[in-house]
Amino acid sequence: MPPVRRSTGTVVPTWRAMWLRVEGHWAWYRRYWRSSLYSSGIEPLLFLAAMGLGFGSQVEAGAATGGHEYLHYVAPALLVAGATMSGMGESSFPVLSGFKWQKDYIAVTATPITPGQLLGGQLMWLAIRLTLSGVIYGLVALTFGAWLRPGAVLVVGVGVITGLACAAPVMALAAATYDEGRRFVVMFRFVMVPMMLFSATFFPIEQIPIELRWLTWISPLWHGNEIARAVALGGADPLAVAGHGGFLLALLAGGVLLAKKLFYRRLVV
Amino acid sequence: MARDGEDDEREPHLMVSGKALVKRFGGVAAVAGIDVEVRRGESFGFLGPNGAGKSSTMRMIACVSPRSDGELRVLSMDPETDGPRIRARIGVVPQLDNLDVELTVRQNLQVYGRYFGLSRARVRAKAVELMEFAELSDRADDQVEPLSGGMKRRLTIARSMVNDPELLLLDEPTTGLDPQARHLLWGRLYQLKQQGVTQIITTHDMHEAEQLCDRLVVMDGGQIVAEGSPSELIRRFSTREVLELRFPPGEQDGQLSRVADLAGRHEVLPDRLLLYADDGEATLEAVHARGVRPVSTLIRRSTLEDVFLRLTGRSLVD
Ligand SMILES: Nc1ncnc2c1ncn2[C@@H]1O[C@H](COP(=O)(O)OP(=O)(O)O)[C@@H](O)[C@H]1O
Ligand SMILES: [Mg+2]
Repeated sequence: MPPVRRSTGTVVPTWRAMWLRVEGHWAWYRRYWRSSLYSSGIEPLLFLAAMGLGFGSQVEAGAATGGHEYLHYVAPALLVAGATMSGMGESSFPVLSGFKWQKDYIAVTATPITPGQLLGGQLMWLAIRLTLSGVIYGLVALTFGAWLRPGAVLVVGVGVITGLACAAPVMALAAATYDEGRRFVVMFRFVMVPMMLFSATFFPIEQIPIELRWLTWISPLWHGNEIARAVALGGADPLAVAGHGGFLLALLAGGVLLAKKLFYRRLVV
Repeated sequence: MARDGEDDEREPHLMVSGKALVKRFGGVAAVAGIDVEVRRGESFGFLGPNGAGKSSTMRMIACVSPRSDGELRVLSMDPETDGPRIRARIGVVPQLDNLDVELTVRQNLQVYGRYFGLSRARVRAKAVELMEFAELSDRADDQVEPLSGGMKRRLTIARSMVNDPELLLLDEPTTGLDPQARHLLWGRLYQLKQQGVTQIITTHDMHEAEQLCDRLVVMDGGQIVAEGSPSELIRRFSTREVLELRFPPGEQDGQLSRVADLAGRHEVLPDRLLLYADDGEATLEAVHARGVRPVSTLIRRSTLEDVFLRLTGRSLVD
């Protein structure tokens, strides 16, 4: 009889499994953080400088901005909009690549890690990235004088929730994509860009034509913007905030459940 | 010692046991009911052409593909319910490399090892040991992308060893490598066998099967058509020697009837005629005695290729 070997491998609990995926992403990030920091951290700041300081200097505080200066009005929404864009971007081609080109998802699910834990790790990593870029944005915006009250720190959290809520359905879409991912280009053009424009990011909902306002109501970014302004500017109706939060959490939960189902369908064949 | 059929999962005697195992994709059966048993310490092979169902079988054993029908036990556990526990103790080399090519050689080993619950200190030490094993130490902190195919394959095999697996699944480990790279790999696999690692290897290369496998099954069209050690299979399904005759283009058919009766069995390939005989030299003399003059002749030992030809009427590599 040949010698008996004992493997050193074990099954790790789910939370730790997800965290190990974060570690794996971190190993990559440590090598490539410069290029990815631009899109998620610097870009929203450029917007803030251009819109808040440049364009905003031409806008008078008035009823439309709730009596606030334009910089104060637009700063929280730009953080949430940035988180939404990078959340959706990071969940499109990069996730499809895990299944199709880089195939790291195939490699990972050959270990004790399950497809569900893999998805959880992806979301957890995204949450950390969004937190990081939110904090950087918040600190630089602070030097611009963009924040009025301490409650504004919560805008980072609002950005993370909104970003995740938009990301989870895109991850589900990626798991169900077998071609080269042209649908993501369509999604960026016909979902993300309109969402930026019709979510009361740069101007209030009252300025949006009434026939198009349903676009605003179904936009997760608008719900995020409303909460972000409520915590950054104060004076909001708690019931309305709860409603917006409920919308985002429902989208997040639905997206995660769908993505989980589709991750299993894609990886266990 | 555990008894057959009632194995202790911590110290199984049967590493893999499948009965009437089926894998269907849509309506098509990629694996059409196979029985297979792999014992501890053995190097076991699946030999068959492309599309035979080898990878589909491997993926079921690796617990990443649920079986459509039949029974399957791996390390005396059920892949359907114990997937993660089984995967924790096996190593997998997939047919196509799926390394993280943007990371370094070392990072690939360390990150992967962590998924098996190994401590940081453990994966750090293990990565050094495995890079040594795979002769990649001098590339430790280089990115994987620009490495040669052979180096990537070696890294994939090294990676599969990170949890000191009891069972190693190698799906076409050397396909696409140059002869030197594959000999290096064969040496490494032999070394692992000495350490008691049970291996399951798929290949469509008879040399590889003869080199690496103690026992193998010949697979074709989702079914097992024969089983045994390489020498047993050759003895059972072929003769000791084979006489190969090449004729000028167009003349082979005409010459066949003049020599066919000189051997118990013959095969007609597009470019040559094979005569199966235990004494090739004597058969060649008989061919010459009849005034038949082939362009070239070759006497060689029978191989698994001949076994496959006999069993399926086709060549392994087309
Ligand atoms: N995911 C899949 N979906 C549909 N058909 C598949 C899939 N994987 C393999 N097959 C089919 O199953 C058969 C066996 O394939 P495979 O197991 O890869 O054979 P081998 O590894 O011996 O070349 C082939 O006809 C192949 O096309
Ligand atoms: Mg194959």
